[in-house]
Amino acid sequence: MKTLAELQAIKNRMKDKVVLRDGLEGIRVVVGMATCGIAAGARPVLNALVQGVNEENLEGKVSVTQTGCIGICQFEPVVEVFEPGKEKTTYVKMTPEKAKRVIDEHLKGGKVVAEYTIGAAQA
Amino acid sequence: MIRSQVLICGGTGCTSSGSMSIQNEFEKALDKYNLTDEIKLVRTGCFGLCALGPVVIIYPDGTFYSRVSPDDVDEIVEEHLLKGRRVERLVYDDHGAVAPDEIGNIALSDTAFYKTQERVVLRNCGVIDPENIDEYIAMDGYAALGKVLTEMTPEQVIEEVSKSGLRGRGGGGFPTGRKWSLCAPNKAPQKYVVCNADEGDPGAFMDRSVLEGDPHAIIEAMAICGYACGATKGYVYVRAEYPIAVKRLSIAIAQAREYGLLGKNIFDSGFDFDLTIRLGAGAFVCGEETALMTSIEGNRGEPRPRPPFPAVKGLYGSPTVENNVETFANIPQIILKGADWFASMGTERSKGTKVFALGGKINHTGLVEIPMGTPLKHIIYDIGGGIPNGKKFKAVQTGGPSGGCIPASLIDTEVDYDNLTSIGCMMGSGGMIVMDEDNCMVDMAKFFLDFTVDESCGKCTPCRVGTKRMLEILDKITSGKGTLEDIDRLEELAQYIKTNSLCGLGQTAPNPVLATLRFFRDEYIAHVVDKKCPAGVCKDLLTFTIDKDKCIGCGMCARNCPVNTIVKTDYVAPGHKLPSYHINADKCIKCGACMANCKFKAISKQ
Repeated sequence: MKTLAELQAIKNRMKDKVVLRDGLEGIRVVVGMATCGIAAGARPVLNALVQGVNEENLEGKVSVTQTGCIGICQFEPVVEVFEPGKEKTTYVKMTPEKAKRVIDEHLKGGKVVAEYTIGAAQA
Repeated sequence: MIRSQVLICGGTGCTSSGSMSIQNEFEKALDKYNLTDEIKLVRTGCFGLCALGPVVIIYPDGTFYSRVSPDDVDEIVEEHLLKGRRVERLVYDDHGAVAPDEIGNIALSDTAFYKTQERVVLRNCGVIDPENIDEYIAMDGYAALGKVLTEMTPEQVIEEVSKSGLRGRGGGGFPTGRKWSLCAPNKAPQKYVVCNADEGDPGAFMDRSVLEGDPHAIIEAMAICGYACGATKGYVYVRAEYPIAVKRLSIAIAQAREYGLLGKNIFDSGFDFDLTIRLGAGAFVCGEETALMTSIEGNRGEPRPRPPFPAVKGLYGSPTVENNVETFANIPQIILKGADWFASMGTERSKGTKVFALGGKINHTGLVEIPMGTPLKHIIYDIGGGIPNGKKFKAVQTGGPSGGCIPASLIDTEVDYDNLTSIGCMMGSGGMIVMDEDNCMVDMAKFFLDFTVDESCGKCTPCRVGTKRMLEILDKITSGKGTLEDIDRLEELAQYIKTNSLCGLGQTAPNPVLATLRFFRDEYIAHVVDKKCPAGVCKDLLTFTIDKDKCIGCGMCARNCPVNTIVKTDYVAPGHKLPSYHINADKCIKCGACMANCKFKAISKQ
């Protein structure tokens, strides 16, 4: 290594890997991962979310975590999005493809994907 | 794609309580549940809360598990990592000191232990993997070295360090910038930078934790110091008793060389710098700067008279800058964030933060970093969690065998260099041993003196003979044979040793005695005049007695007595069926086994 640019390149490459340890700030995406959720296919959804957040370079702003049974087992896989100062959004019957759209439109664009929410499912 | 990271503490404290096998169990369990691609294990340096080790933290949710055993690992992986349910029984309990967040977590940074800490030196400890240089770089590592080599002149570096007000953290408190500026102008074919990692005070482990948790910070700082002072070679003198620190430092040096951050022409600036590790064989005196250099040269570790000071004539007779680990650990941050940022923390004449190793009678044994000037009370009660078992706080011993003690009456003292010196105490390297009402201050002074007698190198007479004589007087006092003249003689001898010894070890060796004489003279007098040890520690002054009316005659004491000196009497107390017992004082070895086994509190010691 001979230049500061090389040092910066390593820093940029590694920043994603340690940024998880900054703790919870910004938008929090929580996937229900109890037995019901896992059985309904929550794991591919979780992985799609983690991968999408990474690909879109949202790590500093969005964290993806899991939780236990949310209590609406017939709607699993359930994904909840918590934004500071806003009402939480509950997405139901999620798939990896739907997760992709949530990332694009909601997490990046700031617009809730209404048709996937629990409100739409119950209507 | 990694979605979660498991940080396992790999400091010496947690390693000795089994964090290595926890890591192995995690590896097995992640494999079993097929999670190896999603979960990353990171072995970090010390988190600081050693009393609760082994410590495991899971991110991104930041769940803080304490006292984890290898048997818990499978449950954590299945419940938490697979299903997302926290294992409640292992989650750190703050005893209501802070409110958990909406997931029910207490974030590490919100706990009473961490909340008011200011982590500069320890900023990467427990956060990064110390064996991975890339993680250090991700946390702005080596950016300070890059800045210094490409944008600053050596004079500017020294100016910045001077302006920050940083003072030596090894105990003396000498201004670091001044030390560097004394060395820089001296012309010599070879100059040296030495890092003193020979942390010898009993109960101190600040430097060890920095080396274990963030070794690259020391390498970077030493290179910066080398550039500022015109030195191209460095030595880290570290105790052989710190195998984990030595291993991580060796790995770090190899990685820095591979990246060209050590070696020739660093950052294409024409500046060369390289480092060598020297292992100390465990002599306390080698923590003294001149003895340390003598030891690096391959000679018996004995101090030499100053002047000439090391800045003029140090290692191998060449100009040398020597700083302590913690001092160096501050340097990269000062360069990156500026002297003004650093000087904004702390008090008028003591800037920045200080790391303390909390030990003894305190709930949160561990490592804390706080701004200079934090009141002692806050350290003991808020961060340290107070005294266990509802006992009363008596004093805190600072600065190890060279330091003094702060009694409960001075608990509002704001801890910095000058305040501690003004009450006859010493900052020292940062060991803080907390004592409660069950500690005998005379016995404590004797313990430290016993240590210095063992560790005196023998070169000068005041230290070699004087400390031995002081220990003999203390022995006499604690065995009940002392006189009031002995106390005066002890004080006189202490003053003499203080003024006439060659090096810091001898000059400070009487401090524990002088400090306890100053604040706890009544305890000395109780030992001498009343022949009593008020704290019930000094065995020769104790007698164990059985209250014959409380004794129900169960015989538990007699069965547990290792010298069979407890016998049955003829006396049956009113209301009891069996005869009571009696301790035969002349054969009693005062082990206390009878008292510990008596369920009826019929045995007392005085």
